[in-house]
Amino acid sequence: MKKAITMEVNGASCRVEVEPWRTLLDVVREELDLTGAKLGCDIQVCGACTLLVDGKPVSACSVLAVDADGRKVTTVEGLAEGDRLHPLQESFMKFGALQCGYCTSGFLLTAKAMLDENPHPDDEQIKSYMGGSFCRCGCYQEIMQALRSVARS
Amino acid sequence: MAISERPQSAQDGQRLDYQAKLTGRAAYLADMKMPGVLEGVVLRSPVAHAWIRYVDTSEALKVPGVVAVYTKDDVVQGTGIEPYYGPVFKDQTIVAVDKVRHVGDPVAAVAAETREAAEEAANLIVVEYEDLPPVMDVQDSVKEDATLVHETVRIPEHGFADLAELKPIENTNVCTHFKLRKGDIEQGFAECAHVFEDTFILPTTQHVALEPHGCIAAFQPDGRVNLWSTTQNPFVVRTQLANIFKMPVSKIRIMVPYLGGGYGSKVYPKIEPLTMALAQKAKRPVRILLSREEVFYTVTKHAAFIRMKTGVKADGTFHAREAEVFLDTGAFAEIGPRVAKKSAYTAAGPYKFSHVKIDAKSVYTNKPPAGAFRGFGVSQSAWASESQTDIIAKALGRDPYELRMQNIYDEGDEFVTGEKLWSIGVKGCLEKVAQEMKWGEPMPAPDDPSKVRGRGLAALIKATITPSISCAAIKLNEDGSVNVFTSTVEMGQGSDTAMAAIVADTLGISLDQVSVLGVDTDVVPYDLTTSSSRSTFHMGKALELASLDLCEQLRKFVSEEHGVPFEETRMEGGKVLFRENALDIREVLFNHFGMQGGTLVGRGEVKTSTVDPDTGDKTTSSFWFVGAGGSEVEIDKDTGRLRVLKHATAVDVGRVITPLGCQQQLVGGAITGMGQALFEQMVWDNGILVNPNLVDYVLPALGDMPDEITPIAVEVPHKNGPFGAKGIGETSLIPVAPSIANAVDDAVGVRIKDLPVTAEKIFLGMLDK
Repeated sequence: MKKAITMEVNGASCRVEVEPWRTLLDVVREELDLTGAKLGCDIQVCGACTLLVDGKPVSACSVLAVDADGRKVTTVEGLAEGDRLHPLQESFMKFGALQCGYCTSGFLLTAKAMLDENPHPDDEQIKSYMGGSFCRCGCYQEIMQALRSVARS
Repeated sequence: MAISERPQSAQDGQRLDYQAKLTGRAAYLADMKMPGVLEGVVLRSPVAHAWIRYVDTSEALKVPGVVAVYTKDDVVQGTGIEPYYGPVFKDQTIVAVDKVRHVGDPVAAVAAETREAAEEAANLIVVEYEDLPPVMDVQDSVKEDATLVHETVRIPEHGFADLAELKPIENTNVCTHFKLRKGDIEQGFAECAHVFEDTFILPTTQHVALEPHGCIAAFQPDGRVNLWSTTQNPFVVRTQLANIFKMPVSKIRIMVPYLGGGYGSKVYPKIEPLTMALAQKAKRPVRILLSREEVFYTVTKHAAFIRMKTGVKADGTFHAREAEVFLDTGAFAEIGPRVAKKSAYTAAGPYKFSHVKIDAKSVYTNKPPAGAFRGFGVSQSAWASESQTDIIAKALGRDPYELRMQNIYDEGDEFVTGEKLWSIGVKGCLEKVAQEMKWGEPMPAPDDPSKVRGRGLAALIKATITPSISCAAIKLNEDGSVNVFTSTVEMGQGSDTAMAAIVADTLGISLDQVSVLGVDTDVVPYDLTTSSSRSTFHMGKALELASLDLCEQLRKFVSEEHGVPFEETRMEGGKVLFRENALDIREVLFNHFGMQGGTLVGRGEVKTSTVDPDTGDKTTSSFWFVGAGGSEVEIDKDTGRLRVLKHATAVDVGRVITPLGCQQQLVGGAITGMGQALFEQMVWDNGILVNPNLVDYVLPALGDMPDEITPIAVEVPHKNGPFGAKGIGETSLIPVAPSIANAVDDAVGVRIKDLPVTAEKIFLGMLDK
């Protein structure tokens, strides 16, 4: 039996009918065609599926879509304003903080949540906050440089 | 041909794939939509080794939404397919037909309207197994009374040229045995003042590309089939599928979107044969997306057991090296025989030995198949060789850097195989790393007196796959812009940008005039594989040649139209020059075609061989990649806890094509090496993998990184590389683990010989002292 839910996704209200067992990641990817968030581990460890719900990072692989009913969801597609990239995206581009790009959406959104909470984190705070995201191409050094740059601006 | 100057077009660090990847709009396989696609789910073996008595699918077929169930019956008596396949030996089947050989071995598959229906049906398939004792370790597997993993192994008619001499040893679990000999090993040891013998161990690990494997297969009404796949070598997969399904390759079209990481895990057929078989049976498009757990059952990195014996003369000259390398290739040969061969070539390290005896065996066990992993057998043999180098230095009271420099290869030195080595900047790499690590300077004392620091070095040499083929084409459009057709797979390594830069620089146009199509085997010319650090060297060169082909065509037009001898025309800065004239590309095309329109196609091909075309000498590798790494560690004396403070990695890149790409590959490879060195291992209990998930299989995170990883590009150009460039994808990974173990020994005098290097091992080692 499907249930109707309403979410504000990247600033726009949207209503979808979903089975109660479907995950937020599945619904955002399959029903809303926002595929920037990726399935990586399926058990809230790798960070590739991270979305912001009411501004807080969640592992969308392990959150039910019905639990996002009435909430604000931000995906990587909602970061740029038109053609203007978000400062985090600019910084990732400048420092080369990605290779394959599969983890990038999760890193960007987690970093956004971190900076919304604390605009000027130090290195230890960055490492701690970003500890739930894996990059297997090994861009950690460039990611650190990119985040430091935004945190100090 | 003279080596060109450094390419200019990609010096500012832009990448062609960034805009899409940063905005979430880059399409990976799982992001693609196909109307009417069925979801495929695989039923896998819960046991490591067993005969399959029967498979009953009757209940599964009753589940609403189920369209097809594929079992061994379809493989054996089905649609006239060739049941056995594999890149080296034909020991794999689409699903298990006689017995299962590892936990996770595919037994059946279901295609259904929804994933839920497919999963439900898969759970209702009844399989009866008759258990066999599993062999889980290479040491057990090579024993005479070991249970056989394969009763027979089939050899393909046309295998890889470089592996033709390797055959399985009948009635044993030895998949292949590669021998490398130089001089007389017994005489060599007799001539030495010191002989060292050690045993080194590496566990099975997994690549954990964040994107799991996946495939979509859709048959067309005319019998052709389209596949979208997460593969690093679409043409090899196409060949294998053509053999299995008895179709001409022209009817199998493979398209490859951006890959979310590869690192070797996506070479050779993985889930493609089963996806295509299921689509054929269901008569509908099918997609299979593997779960994280299934990825651990699909491909791994070879565990290894290495005995190493080294004879050294009184003055420190390396003289005799004997090594026995056992590589755990798991249940199927896959590309294990080549991994063993590559491992053997470098088991003597980047050092001059007069007497060498290497025996590298790939050995079947009841683990998931081991295949290619960034470093390809060399990270295994280098772990042994570079660790033992420090053991020797310590015993002789020599500085490990000086001892390496005394024995290391230089230009023109003779390799183990007897061939001469050229373009071999390993000495320079080691020098640069030592400088960067402040080698020889006193170690600054840690602030915390309970901690102690140490430094370690390691160096390496590795071969690339030879012979191999890369073909490329580029299309020059009427406005002077260019489309690039290459089968090099963009999996994060930045190949699209490097390839575009080579074309742009050769033609003298700007990077924004160049587009790279992406991989589609119906369109792009043949390329063997995106692996073995070969793409920049081989495909880059093919594209340079294709660009030069275009230049020649343009000059010919100008020569004919203006009555100028061809030799008096030249191409520079995107213009054809003759006498005092300079015509831009667009003008030349307009004059030739007589209107705004038309296309010119430039072609380039690179085929390497085991004989150097210029000298007639034997060559094992079309280029050698060499490098060195250094680590500084800090260890807590009370707990053994280890932190890598600094790592420096120097790689002979030949010539930097894209500075950002170089930096990312050097640093990224080192970070992958840190995971292998410090954390990663697959753990087995009675044939069962206990940690096929990212909670229990530990990956390095941001906080585990050293404060600084310094990449150093050493440029010793290669005569056959584009602009002199060589491959760089694997080099920096290989020295990480031994450099860390050597630093641990320097700090606390504990020698770790089995990876990973953990606090527990260091702690126990300190207790023993």
